[in-house]
Amino acid sequence: MDFNDTPEEAEFRKEARAFLEKHLKPKDTNAPRRGSGEEFLKRAKAWQKTKAEGGFAQITWPKEWGGRGGTSMQQVVWNQEEGKFDAPVGPFAIGLGMCVPTVIAFGSDEHKKRYVKPALMGEEIWCQLFSEPAAGSDVAGVKTRAVKDGDEWVINGQKVWTTGAHYSDYGILLTRTDPKAPKHKGLTMFIVDMKQKGVEAKPIHQASGGREFNEVYFTDVRIPDSDRLGDVGAGWKVALVTLMNERLAVGGSPGPDWKEIMEYARGTGSLTDQAFREKLADWYVAAQGYSLTKFRTQTALSRGETPGPENSIGKIITANQLQDICNSAIEMQDHYGIMNDTDTMPANGLFQQSFMWAPGLRIAGGTDEILKNIIAERVLGLPQDVRVDKDVPFETLKQG
Amino acid sequence: MNFDFSEDQKFLASEARKFLSAQCTTAHVREVLDDDKKSHHEGVWKQVVEMGWLGTAIPEEYGGLGLGMLELCVIAEEMGRALAPVPFASTVYFFSEALKLAASEDQKKDILPKVASGEVIGCHAASEGPGPVDADKLKTTFDGSKVSGTKIPVTDGDVATHAIVLAKEGGGASLVLVDLTAQGVSRSPVQTLEPTRSHAEIKFDGAPGVRIGEAGEGASLNEALLDRAAVLLAFEQLGGADRCLEMGTEYAKERYAFGRPIGGNQAIKHKLAEMYVKNQVARSNCYYGAWALSTDASELPEAAASSRLAASDAYWFASKENIQTHGGMGFTWEVDCHLFYRRAKLLAVQAGAPKVWKEKLVSALERKNAA
Repeated sequence: MDFNDTPEEAEFRKEARAFLEKHLKPKDTNAPRRGSGEEFLKRAKAWQKTKAEGGFAQITWPKEWGGRGGTSMQQVVWNQEEGKFDAPVGPFAIGLGMCVPTVIAFGSDEHKKRYVKPALMGEEIWCQLFSEPAAGSDVAGVKTRAVKDGDEWVINGQKVWTTGAHYSDYGILLTRTDPKAPKHKGLTMFIVDMKQKGVEAKPIHQASGGREFNEVYFTDVRIPDSDRLGDVGAGWKVALVTLMNERLAVGGSPGPDWKEIMEYARGTGSLTDQAFREKLADWYVAAQGYSLTKFRTQTALSRGETPGPENSIGKIITANQLQDICNSAIEMQDHYGIMNDTDTMPANGLFQQSFMWAPGLRIAGGTDEILKNIIAERVLGLPQDVRVDKDVPFETLKQG
Repeated sequence: MNFDFSEDQKFLASEARKFLSAQCTTAHVREVLDDDKKSHHEGVWKQVVEMGWLGTAIPEEYGGLGLGMLELCVIAEEMGRALAPVPFASTVYFFSEALKLAASEDQKKDILPKVASGEVIGCHAASEGPGPVDADKLKTTFDGSKVSGTKIPVTDGDVATHAIVLAKEGGGASLVLVDLTAQGVSRSPVQTLEPTRSHAEIKFDGAPGVRIGEAGEGASLNEALLDRAAVLLAFEQLGGADRCLEMGTEYAKERYAFGRPIGGNQAIKHKLAEMYVKNQVARSNCYYGAWALSTDASELPEAAASSRLAASDAYWFASKENIQTHGGMGFTWEVDCHLFYRRAKLLAVQAGAPKVWKEKLVSALERKNAA
């Protein structure tokens, strides 16, 4: 056992670091963690282009798609190194991580020629249009309708929680084309131009107070049949490929960890409190469990093996821990902890801010409950839940 | 990045599992459970000795196999999984490691070969009553040649031939090697929650002893010893916790209620998924402990603490929720669930309960992250 790079990995790390040093500044840990706004988007596009030209964008993609033809381990090394710099990433994560791979898997040659390179070069941004007000954990329950009209499809409906919808150029859109078929069988996937008439993105006012996500309305939007991904009625099969990539993309939670609350507790005198010390130990053990599990996954990648299912524990641990740490930090501040002023609060109000983010993190990218179902069914091989909607026409299902 | 065992180590683990699943079944464990006179399973012990496992991490020059701590870790996991009813942990993780850590060259040359050959069975005598062991408040004393006092409970204390005793010497504490067959030692078995690992009360009345390490060094040596033992015990706990998850999962697939397997209910699925998460947290922490142990890393104190804490928590959860998943059957003597519940508790309190290790961990983190 060791934590060292192989000679090849060390060589690649050196190359990556040299490239990053040439183009970026090291990360400023005091800067805001979440980038947004026009200026950020411009920087993100420019950085994506630089990365692609340098051969560091989508390292595992084959060279014919503009990738490096590299290994998953090289991608891990790159992510580690890029994470140490002030790199404006984010707007491209969903497109390059989930949408474009779906286009590559199911699109026509024309699609691939048209869409892959501009996305890789940072010229076009993609979003994923799956979730709906009545289709969250049960995402196959989408109601957005696509109705065939000659060589076109007419789209009407509403999507929610769409990251980046307002600045995206294209999206992949999961629709219902046959309400008489059972839930999973009446779905079809499309590529949609987000800038066309009839597509309207509205920010969602989140419980945390911010407006980072969108709802998207489709009103008589027309999509040519040639922009369909996969067969009519095969949308679920296509969606599974997208979602498989999502699980690889959803990682750790941004926010304070055991170290930050330990430093804070030291300042307030709470570090001598026995009950607090025991909680701190629990947080450390769980956080170590999560980051060391990533090392096990990387080991499999480094050996050219397929990682085991152990990585599925990640978000269950990190999202819950974040909520717990923030809760403890606020209670440590007693009555004062209810204040939420980033200028005057201890740690710039970081614990208060993350306290309000944490409920969302436990839901986004698979709720705790869905993630536990996935572990139970796919890792432990336990039976699926009872599905009363299984072989029933979708339109006859109870809704509410 | 190479955060996994090697192919050879994995092969050793699979050979150990093959052997134990045939020669050390829960039927063997129950032979000890159901017979008050049996301190351990002699047949299993004999075979463990013949396999040479006692000397896994003892250098060849002292009669061992000369493998390393990583090899011992994978064997420990299998021993824990099999609930092996033998004094392996006491002899290897505590006694043998204490000698390797602090004994003189002559002491090592004298005793380690006898450990490897099975002639010597060792134990670790620290506890004197309720509450954590406090090296500053020991009642057992050592005057440079003789030990006096009472240790209770001592795991495997009735079957062991030798003990490492933590005793007060002058103003400090020392680790003392005592031959339990000598004059001045009397011992009697004590009833515990975990009868498949025997326990004794040992009374020392001027029993001859030899110091291991320097006088007054006992407290810090004992801590260093516990760091080593903690990682190895954590692997036993991990093996047991994983077996509980398997038992619970198998039963949830086979047991029907309300017309379908109980494992189709989210209340059961989520319970078992939580077990899986805790076991993976324990496994990853254990690997880190194994790495720190095998490389003598300066991170060993926090790595040992976090592997012990993660594994104690995982085994506790897995053993109690395995009973719960089995329902009424799980509460019968005949079904094996309670064997793991018993073993889980012993391993969690032997060598210091979680509360003690949480404090050790946070103290270590404070030192590393000084303001």
